[in-house]
Amino acid sequence: MIINDDFIPKRKTSSKLPPGQYEERGFPVLSLGPTPDIDINTWKLEVTGLVDNPISWTWQEFNKLSKELIIKDIHCVTKWSKFDSKWEGVPMQEIFNIVKVQPGPTHLIAHSYDGYTTNLPIEDISNGKAWVATAYDSDEIEAEHGGPARLLVPHLYFWKSAKWLNKLEFVDRDQPGFWETRGYHNYGDPWQEQRYWND
Amino acid sequence: MVADNVMSLTFSLPQWQSFKAGQHYDIRLTAPGGYMAERSYSIASSPEDKGIVEYGVQLLEDGEVSPYLWKLAEGKQVEMRGPIGGHFIWDVSVPGPLILIGGGSGMVPLMSMLRHHANHLDDPPSPEGFGEAKREIVFMISARTYEHILYRRELERIGSQDRNINVVATITDNAPESWSGYKRRIDKEMLEEILGKYKNTDAKTFICGPTPFVEAVAKHMKALGFKSSDIKTERFGG
Repeated sequence: MIINDDFIPKRKTSSKLPPGQYEERGFPVLSLGPTPDIDINTWKLEVTGLVDNPISWTWQEFNKLSKELIIKDIHCVTKWSKFDSKWEGVPMQEIFNIVKVQPGPTHLIAHSYDGYTTNLPIEDISNGKAWVATAYDSDEIEAEHGGPARLLVPHLYFWKSAKWLNKLEFVDRDQPGFWETRGYHNYGDPWQEQRYWND
Repeated sequence: MVADNVMSLTFSLPQWQSFKAGQHYDIRLTAPGGYMAERSYSIASSPEDKGIVEYGVQLLEDGEVSPYLWKLAEGKQVEMRGPIGGHFIWDVSVPGPLILIGGGSGMVPLMSMLRHHANHLDDPPSPEGFGEAKREIVFMISARTYEHILYRRELERIGSQDRNINVVATITDNAPESWSGYKRRIDKEMLEEILGKYKNTDAKTFICGPTPFVEAVAKHMKALGFKSSDIKTERFGG
C-alpha cells in the first residue's frame, strides 16, 4: 500500500459509507447506451421461469399491486453513495406470492428494455431486500434513472438494480449478466468492496 | 496541460498490463491516518505505449482527488487498480467507421481510441481488405471555449495527416472572432450534417461527457436512425 503523506482528506467519513465510497448529494446517471424510449401504454413486466403462475402486467395492472415506501442508502460501483434515497415500489415478496415461485430456482435474472441483464441469488431478493420501484422522491422515475420501473436491491452495488425493467426470470442456475461478464464482480456487496471480478 | 482545465498525467507502472482503448483505472489516495479516496480516470494513452498510462485529469475545484493529482510532483507514487471496463472499448479489430463524440474532458477515452488507430495506420490490410489506412473516423468535440479543447495540437496534426479522419469541433460559450466552425451545442441538425452519411452503415459510435451532453447526443443519434446497439456511452459527473 502507498501512503500519500501530503494527502489531506476533504470529505467526512461516515459509518454509513462502505469502503472506497464517497457521499454524493446529486443522483449521477450511468448507463451503457442511449436511454430507451418506453411508452407506459405499451409497457409490460413479465415474470417467467420456474413459477406456477407466469404473468405479464400492464402498467395499470402493476400499479394496482400493493406498494411500500422505501428509504435506503444506495451505492454505485463508480464510488458514489447516496444516503436515504426515497423510493416507492412493489416488494418482491408480493411478486413471489402472485406468481407462485416454485421451490427450485437459485437465481433471478432481471432483463431490461435495452437488452441489459443482471443476476441475483434468490436469497438476495426475498425477505424484504428487493423491490420493483415505480417512483423516486415522490415522483415518477425519470427515464435516465431507469423509469418507468426499475429493480431496487439497495444492499448490493447499484448495477444490480436493473433500470428499465421488463422481465423477471426465475432460473435454477447462475447466469452472470451484462457487467458480471465484463469484469465486474458476480455478487457485488459494497461492504466487502466486491467491485471487480477478482475482489 | 492539454486544455485550460485538464492536465495530462503520465505514470509508469511496475506491472503494466495491456488494456483496451476506452478503459479506465481507479486511483486510490491514502492519507497517513488511513483515510482513503478513490476515483476512476479514463486512459488517454494508446495500448501500444507499453509500460505507461496517461490520463487527462480535469480539476474539480472542490474535488478531493483531482487537486492532489494536479499538484503531484514528478517521481511521486499513487496506487492504481486496473485496467477496468469491458463495454466502452474499441480496438482495430472492430469493423466499420468510427464515430467519436466527446464533451469536455469526455474526450480522454476517445483519444485513446484515436491514438490506437493512428498506431496501426501502416499495418497491411487484412485479407478482407480492412485496415486502419482505410478506416473512416469522425471525431466530434464540444468545448466551452477554444482553450477547453483537449489535445488541440495533436488533433490538428492527426487531422492533417490522415485524410480519412474528420475532426469537427464546436465551441459553445465563447468562440474567438476567427473561429469559422460551429458555435453552438451539438444538436440534431449538426449531427445530421456531419454524420448523416453513416446512417445505415456499420458505424460504431462512442459518446463520452457530462450526463446531459451524453443524454442529448444519444437521443439525437437515435432520432436520426442510428441503432441503439451501435451506440456506446460513458457519462460522468453528478
